[in-house]
Amino acid sequence: MSKLTIARAINAGLRRALESDSKVVIMGEDIGKLGGVFRVTEGLQKDFGEDRVIDTPLAESGIVGTAIGMALRGYRPIVEIQFDGFVYPAFDQIVCQVAKMRARSLGKVRLPMVIRIPVGGGIGAVEHHSESNEAYFAHTAGLRVVACSNPEDAYWMIQQAIACDDPVIFYEPKRRYHEKGELDLLADAAPRALFEATIARPGEHVTLAAYGPMVKVCLDAATAAAEEGKSVEVIDLRSLSPLDMDVLATSVEKTGRLVVAHEAPTFLGMGAEIAASVSEKCFYHLESPVIRVGGYNIPYPPSRLEEEFLPDLDRVLDGVDRALAY
Amino acid sequence: MSDNEVAVTKDAAAAVDAAALAALHAPVPETIADGGPELVQLLTPEGERLDHPEYSAYIDDLTDDDLRGFYRDQVLIRRVDAEATALQRQGELGIWASLLGQEAAQIGSGRALRPQDYAFPTYREHGVAWVRGVDPLNLLGLFRGVNHGGWDPNENNFHLYTIVIGAQTLHATGYAMGIQHDHAVGTGDPERDAAVIAYFGDGATAQGDVNESFVYAASSNAPVVFFCQNNQWAISQPVERQSRIPIYQRARGFGFPGVRVDGNDVLAVYAVTKAALNAARSGQGPTLIEAYTYRMGAHTTSDDPTKYRISAEVEVWKLRDPIARLKAYLTASGKADPAFFEDVEGEADVLAVRVREGCLAMPDPSPASMFDNIYVEEHPLIEAERAGFAAYSASFEGGH
Repeated sequence: MSKLTIARAINAGLRRALESDSKVVIMGEDIGKLGGVFRVTEGLQKDFGEDRVIDTPLAESGIVGTAIGMALRGYRPIVEIQFDGFVYPAFDQIVCQVAKMRARSLGKVRLPMVIRIPVGGGIGAVEHHSESNEAYFAHTAGLRVVACSNPEDAYWMIQQAIACDDPVIFYEPKRRYHEKGELDLLADAAPRALFEATIARPGEHVTLAAYGPMVKVCLDAATAAAEEGKSVEVIDLRSLSPLDMDVLATSVEKTGRLVVAHEAPTFLGMGAEIAASVSEKCFYHLESPVIRVGGYNIPYPPSRLEEEFLPDLDRVLDGVDRALAY
Repeated sequence: MSDNEVAVTKDAAAAVDAAALAALHAPVPETIADGGPELVQLLTPEGERLDHPEYSAYIDDLTDDDLRGFYRDQVLIRRVDAEATALQRQGELGIWASLLGQEAAQIGSGRALRPQDYAFPTYREHGVAWVRGVDPLNLLGLFRGVNHGGWDPNENNFHLYTIVIGAQTLHATGYAMGIQHDHAVGTGDPERDAAVIAYFGDGATAQGDVNESFVYAASSNAPVVFFCQNNQWAISQPVERQSRIPIYQRARGFGFPGVRVDGNDVLAVYAVTKAALNAARSGQGPTLIEAYTYRMGAHTTSDDPTKYRISAEVEVWKLRDPIARLKAYLTASGKADPAFFEDVEGEADVLAVRVREGCLAMPDPSPASMFDNIYVEEHPLIEAERAGFAAYSASFEGGH
């Protein structure tokens, strides 16, 4: 077993993918000598060459658009978008081209590409560097969307996303890049499938679902709640498209209560979709409405205010209490 | 620099700007300029062969058969185009984007490709599709609304039609980067070295994606030829709305050559494209070709060009018709006789019947097929909706 940060775990996963498949290439801004602004690709260009780890011009639509062309030629491009807020120039290429090419070709074309996006707030950054835009992509048929929350998942999920024959949006929890965890780098196979949710902490009284950077907040909240005698089951959704409704529904049928937490604004966010789906599937098991805890429905605020904006342990516990009050 | 000098310079710049702006806002001239002195032309509108110091050599190897083939291709695809327009008028197609007037630009450039080269079209490259061997019936599906394209791009190295303006130029550039990664450029092996051609129009030159593709192609020296059919109109907007300088001159700012060719001269288009493709395949990087042509018809069957352009302009371009000039040349040079032209007309009529009958026979897709091919791997939401749709549909069977 090794102890690695999320950033190093993704780096190790990328390295393994580059080693095992000569068609895998990485494309992005500043990913070569610099190793990316978060150093996730550190050392890869040195070891695999400028042909495999490609420093691109500074234009995101160009990165994704040319990656599509590489995929059409038989490559498996991994695209790095430097910050969440910089994906929008590539939005057209992702939504109109990446997502729809397979349907357009009646299944004759596949685009096995991964678009990596460091996501979310909490790093004291300027505007456009703290966004949570997963709902746009989860809403788009043809894309798959996943979010890792810990080093072990980061290591395996990036490899599974690269191996997937569909395009995958891969969210990385940027404020947790340097948090460490145990994993087995030499294991032969991933401990779980890419598009499965997992029970991160079992509990009885209320289900608390989260993904990406909010999983740790929710685990801490569950620990705090336990001290007050409340047993919280934390689910790490891991995949946002497809959503693993089986794991969610099984948990909700047991606890009768669901709180969904994410950094993104709640209006039409993942929590809204989950609330609607769970209400349909688990109506007779629900003891309370599904509660959403998320960012406020405003543009991401200046960083001096982000602690007020981002759901923290207390706001998650408040949500848990509201669910338990019914 | 003294204050006075600064003032003089500013005045001069202002005068240039004023002149350029005046030109921009001038009324549409009765006759559009003929493309200017840098226009590469090997066949005049009257069908006379011209020599060009650089490009004549590229058509030396064309046989009389090839030349007659250029003629045949143009006539046949014009006939397909007319039939498709008629099918739209009769309600059999939802819309059609006519290539009328652009046959030489498409046949000439398409014929310059080698089998291993790859073409990325807009939605109007019916002529390129034809020479790549894509059955015209395959093109009708998306205009009829039975699919969004559906042909296998790798069968003919002809990508699916792209409707978002300019998006395909980036795909073309990325594909060309893939060719570089495959070491299929600059080897000197004519069977191996490959290039990509990206089609787009004058309107697309305003798009960010087209400009980004120029940057990426230049940065990586990718083997891609940017083929702009400047047909003078982006729906209702004249080319002056998109560019203050001739489009081919933009290439210079990106660091690669640009050339303006008479887009209604199939020989010149073939020569210029062949030269650019050769350069790309041999590792010399991208070229921008501006094929100076004219959209004789509407933007699509939904458009009404009488609202924004004068008929005198169309009349001028009728005299530059790409098919008429090649026919004049073939006739005058004795390379084709009346029997040949009759045969081609007969062949065109047969093809038109086949296109019409094939279009009418095209079945609507089964409703449940809309859930197919969204993903390669199974997606539970799609499968749940597919099952729900089947159950819902079945609930009506035998009912009412």
